[in-house]
Amino acid sequence: MNDSPSAPVPVDILRFNTCGSVDDGKSTLIGRLLYDSKSLMEDQIEALERSADITGGGQINLANLTDGLRAEREQGITIDVAYRYFATPRRKFIIADTPGHVQYTRNMVTGASTANLSIVLVDARAGVIEQSRRHTAIASLLRIPHLVVAVNKMDLVGWSEQRFREIRAQFEEFLPRLAIQDVKFIPLSALNGDNVVDPSPHTPWYVGPTLLGHLETVHIASDWNLRGFRLPIQWVNRPNAPKDPALHDFRGFSGQIAGGVVRRGQRVLALPAGLPSTVKQIWTYDGPVEEAFCPQSVTVVLEDDIDVSRGSMLVGLEERPGFGTDLRANVCWMHARPLQAGRKYLLKHTSHTVQAVVTEVVSRLDMGTLEVQPSPAQLAVNDIGEIRLRTARPLFHDAYGVNRLTGSFILIEPGTNATVAAGMLQASSETVRPEGAEYEI
Amino acid sequence: MTSYHLDHLQHLETEAIHILREVAGEFERPALLFSGGKDSICLLRLAEKAFRPAELPLPFLNVDTGHHFPELNEFRDRRAAELGARLIVRTVEEALARGIAQAAPGEISRNRLQIPTLLAAIEEFRFDCCIGGARRDEEKARAKERFFSFRDAFGQWDPKNQRPEIWNLYNARLNPGENMRVFPLSNWTEMDVWEYIRRERLEVPSIYFSHRRRCVRRGGQWLPANDLVPPKPGEDVRELTVRVRTIGDIISTGCVESPASTVDDIIAEIAAARVTERGSRADDKASEAAMEDRKKAGYF
Repeated sequence: MNDSPSAPVPVDILRFNTCGSVDDGKSTLIGRLLYDSKSLMEDQIEALERSADITGGGQINLANLTDGLRAEREQGITIDVAYRYFATPRRKFIIADTPGHVQYTRNMVTGASTANLSIVLVDARAGVIEQSRRHTAIASLLRIPHLVVAVNKMDLVGWSEQRFREIRAQFEEFLPRLAIQDVKFIPLSALNGDNVVDPSPHTPWYVGPTLLGHLETVHIASDWNLRGFRLPIQWVNRPNAPKDPALHDFRGFSGQIAGGVVRRGQRVLALPAGLPSTVKQIWTYDGPVEEAFCPQSVTVVLEDDIDVSRGSMLVGLEERPGFGTDLRANVCWMHARPLQAGRKYLLKHTSHTVQAVVTEVVSRLDMGTLEVQPSPAQLAVNDIGEIRLRTARPLFHDAYGVNRLTGSFILIEPGTNATVAAGMLQASSETVRPEGAEYEI
Repeated sequence: MTSYHLDHLQHLETEAIHILREVAGEFERPALLFSGGKDSICLLRLAEKAFRPAELPLPFLNVDTGHHFPELNEFRDRRAAELGARLIVRTVEEALARGIAQAAPGEISRNRLQIPTLLAAIEEFRFDCCIGGARRDEEKARAKERFFSFRDAFGQWDPKNQRPEIWNLYNARLNPGENMRVFPLSNWTEMDVWEYIRRERLEVPSIYFSHRRRCVRRGGQWLPANDLVPPKPGEDVRELTVRVRTIGDIISTGCVESPASTVDDIIAEIAAARVTERGSRADDKASEAAMEDRKKAGYF
């Protein structure tokens, strides 16, 4: 079927999040992006005007677009992650609007964990503050590939190039200590729309793209890991009473490819059994395929009848994962009850959940200075630090810096079932060997 | 294949399939809420993609308000039969008769009455998870909801105490009596849904396409003329060429005048549209926080 000329289909998706402290203008910036890219509808604008008449003294408040919950409107703050969607002919965008309060780091981690790009807002008058460092450090820790520093409220510093350069220099002081490769600085005014969608007449000294121009063109095709095949098994596909006789013995392993590429005929290793086999078929609803890649969802049929179930992982023979029960990880602590050594949790990694005990709190990251403090007594809510864990079963994993999907985990508190931590694994000292029968549990 | 690239619909599809398989792997007794509307039609295709060639590992559940469009119920029953799925229908009528739900004096809309009906069905079948087709772009309260949305033993959503949802690691753990609502289409927009319907060549109920219908002018929109709330003297009643953009109850779903008779026409119409989908739903206009209040009480 032909695409209708009036509805061009965007070519891919960019996920980004916005962060800044209270009153840096995050919600206004998102409102401005939606408004100026003509992504707002008349009834949304009407609703804005209705609420403006009551609370805003007649002026439209773009922040009302994202401050959705009654509690937020009453307090005038954003209390949770809100998702927004818009599209241009070049791209579809998913925005996670994450709040900037000190006590809501967990929401930023939530919103940023799936992002290709983070926008850190800085008030041009205030310059870099502790929260700017905190948000940038979190983006770095989460290995978000691209960062935009949006220097907002430039109108309030007289569009001073000097001020813009000072803020840029403040950032460049600490950026070398972080893992972010691609950083872009853009001077703008979200309130007035300068350099958001349309170039500003006030910044002749700035030659870069507008914010939207950058979001539309930043290169994200290589953000997925295409090395080292990983297929965590979510579900075993066994038809009960198939009408098609060819399916009588069908036993497929379903999951979303978390890394690399798989081809029909390829040798793979099934973990934790450690048994090798060959890919007989890559089944999809739309027919069998010769190869599949991250992050496609597929169902793989193997030549041999081996022990594979939910929580198992198929991996390629090259670039094998690390494994072990003693793990080191960076965590963001998300719960009011602090983390202390000796506590037991459930650890969910890819498609399996195991018991884990925290054996040591190695260090805590000071967000003000980005210095590492060794051996803290505990990690409190919104703290980021390094811990050691021991799991009841070996975890087959990659370092988070190599693969965000096989290097990440969450901790769940037994009883309350609260999600208490986001974890990022470090490289393991041991790697799975191809003839790994000795790893059987 | 030389380029390992997914377009935006393929991205949304693989994300939704992953979520559906997590539901199958994590829950004992999941159900899929299927109304026959366009969003749940996409959910069905995604369920086929997630679980074929095996049988779909979950029944379909629909809460029938008794105010549904007849075209929709016919479609719902037929699709469930075609897919070989078990369809469970629980009605507001029955809930009223059994005293599970009570209508407020003068209450005509059955939006609120769906809540106790749904919660009773969850208890009756001991469902621990209900998959719904809600999207975050529909409404401001939805925009803040997780893929895996935890509900306490009273079915309530607590927006201030949601579980953080990090990467694609969903915490599906529940204590007895608690429940999860899962929304695989969270990241889809109205446009994505129609583009997916076009790409997958999915059948949708006829009322989404242009047709002639007797309509009555109420509250600034054209509602289908019906026997439940018959036109009053002096009300403007006309036969118009219309379609519905979003389907709720027959008494509150606005019809838009439209010549769109194919999926391509609808996509072109949405691309040029200047009001949102729910702009034609009287129930959401009731107050700024209408949806937030319904969700806190257990609405899906």
